[in-house]
Amino acid sequence: MNAFFTLVVRDLRLAFRRKAEVLSGLFFFVVVAALFPLAIGPEAATLRHIGPGVLWVGALLASMLTLPRLFENDWRDGSLEHLVLSPQPLGLLVLGKIFAHWLVSGLPLVALAPLLGLQFDLPTDALGMLALSLLLGTPVLSCIGAIGAALTLGVRGGGVLIALLVLPLFVPVLVFGAGAVEALNSGLGAQAHISILLAMLLPAVCFSPWACSAALRIALE
Amino acid sequence: MTMRWFYYAAPQTFYGLAGRLWPWLAAIAFALTLAGLWIGFALAPADAQQGEGYRIIFVHVPASWMSMVIYLAMAFWSVLGLTFNTRLSGMMTRALAPTGAMFAFLSLWTGALWGKPMWGTWWVWDARLTSELILFFLYLGYIALTSAIDDVRRADRAGALIAIVGAINVPIIYFSVKWWNTLHQGASVSLTRSPSMAQLMLWGMLLMALAMWAYTLAIVCYRVRTLIIERERHTDWVQALAEVAGANA
Amino acid sequence: MRWETWSDFWLMGGYGLYVWGSMGMTAVLLFLEMVQAHLAHRRALALARAEKALENP
Repeated sequence: MNAFFTLVVRDLRLAFRRKAEVLSGLFFFVVVAALFPLAIGPEAATLRHIGPGVLWVGALLASMLTLPRLFENDWRDGSLEHLVLSPQPLGLLVLGKIFAHWLVSGLPLVALAPLLGLQFDLPTDALGMLALSLLLGTPVLSCIGAIGAALTLGVRGGGVLIALLVLPLFVPVLVFGAGAVEALNSGLGAQAHISILLAMLLPAVCFSPWACSAALRIALE
Repeated sequence: MTMRWFYYAAPQTFYGLAGRLWPWLAAIAFALTLAGLWIGFALAPADAQQGEGYRIIFVHVPASWMSMVIYLAMAFWSVLGLTFNTRLSGMMTRALAPTGAMFAFLSLWTGALWGKPMWGTWWVWDARLTSELILFFLYLGYIALTSAIDDVRRADRAGALIAIVGAINVPIIYFSVKWWNTLHQGASVSLTRSPSMAQLMLWGMLLMALAMWAYTLAIVCYRVRTLIIERERHTDWVQALAEVAGANA
Repeated sequence: MRWETWSDFWLMGGYGLYVWGSMGMTAVLLFLEMVQAHLAHRRALALARAEKALENP
């Protein structure tokens, strides 16, 4: 457990030294959210309709931007090999890295999304549901994305390749995440969606570190 | 019994086996195709609602089935490959992928051509077509990943992992797309046939499916032979092959 | 036989474009796949022969 927290703190410290990388992902989210009204038109009713979907897709793409660097920096300076060879269970260490990635790339999106939701004229309870669904969904994105990052370590075309690998796997999270806000808006209630997001989060957190470890070992051979 | 399987797991023995099998499989595929098309186009009656247009199902449904079966086969070989670390498993998976992607594309193409006259639009966000689209993306992802990694063994194993992860996700994806579809779809459009399909139609579809199955086996055998030659070309047994040592191919 | 004339067969009761568009694409893709597999095989054999030439100059 100590190893887990040490790794999280270390990754956070490293991330803060590279603020530009972290912030660029967030700025991307802001920009993308602004592009859609520009493309579709400022009509409030339309924006309210597409808002949850647009923000969810934006969050998805923004959290994907930072995935290539999840393992790459450590791989380049050799610390990844140390992690793999260390006596600590690799799964636990990987989970630490994924958690740190989420804290830095996913959690800020959760905080930003309601603000951007105001641009889409979403009602307050929709903003709350948006934040909640992203809170449950972005960790799943980090977990699944990490598998893609581990598989494509050092491979050319990395970022786009990760997207191609990982976006289809994100579809269930997207459907239920954005769907939760839609359901709330249409008065149906989003309990089922939230339950399902939780049901996806728990296996993702358990399964992903194991898959990532396998992928890292494949990549490092 | 297990020794027998492991015997054929060696590229050298599999090369011979595949070489003997594929012509027969191709012939069977050809015969089944003729039979299926004969039933489908010459014998089967027109549909009550869809007229002659429904005949697209004789390729659409078998192609969809094949795209799913092939992906399962890829996942199977991937599990085998990661567990037993055999080289052949990686080759089988790589050989299956292009055909699977082709059938997935065909399923989408024929689905669109079926949807246009029946429901007016080239694309219908039907749960099954949408899941098929995502399956197509999964195939593309596998092919892209294995092509991007230069080291063959690493590429095989990375591909195996993504194939397994994808296979686990396919039911989740299908379920979520189905949910999404029922919520958003007004009128219920479905590309499924009614249960009371005429016997001949069912037979036609079945024969075409078996034909595609045989075709897939044939082409995979053929492709694996190619991969074996590429990868094992430095070995004595490949160099001694008639195709390589002799003057002509 | 269901079809009275060849013309009926091609028209497919008005759905000709869609039915033959589907069958046609199927045939084209299968053909292309077989050609590609064959060409890849020839290339592999050429590679193997080149390997042999390298070893026995």
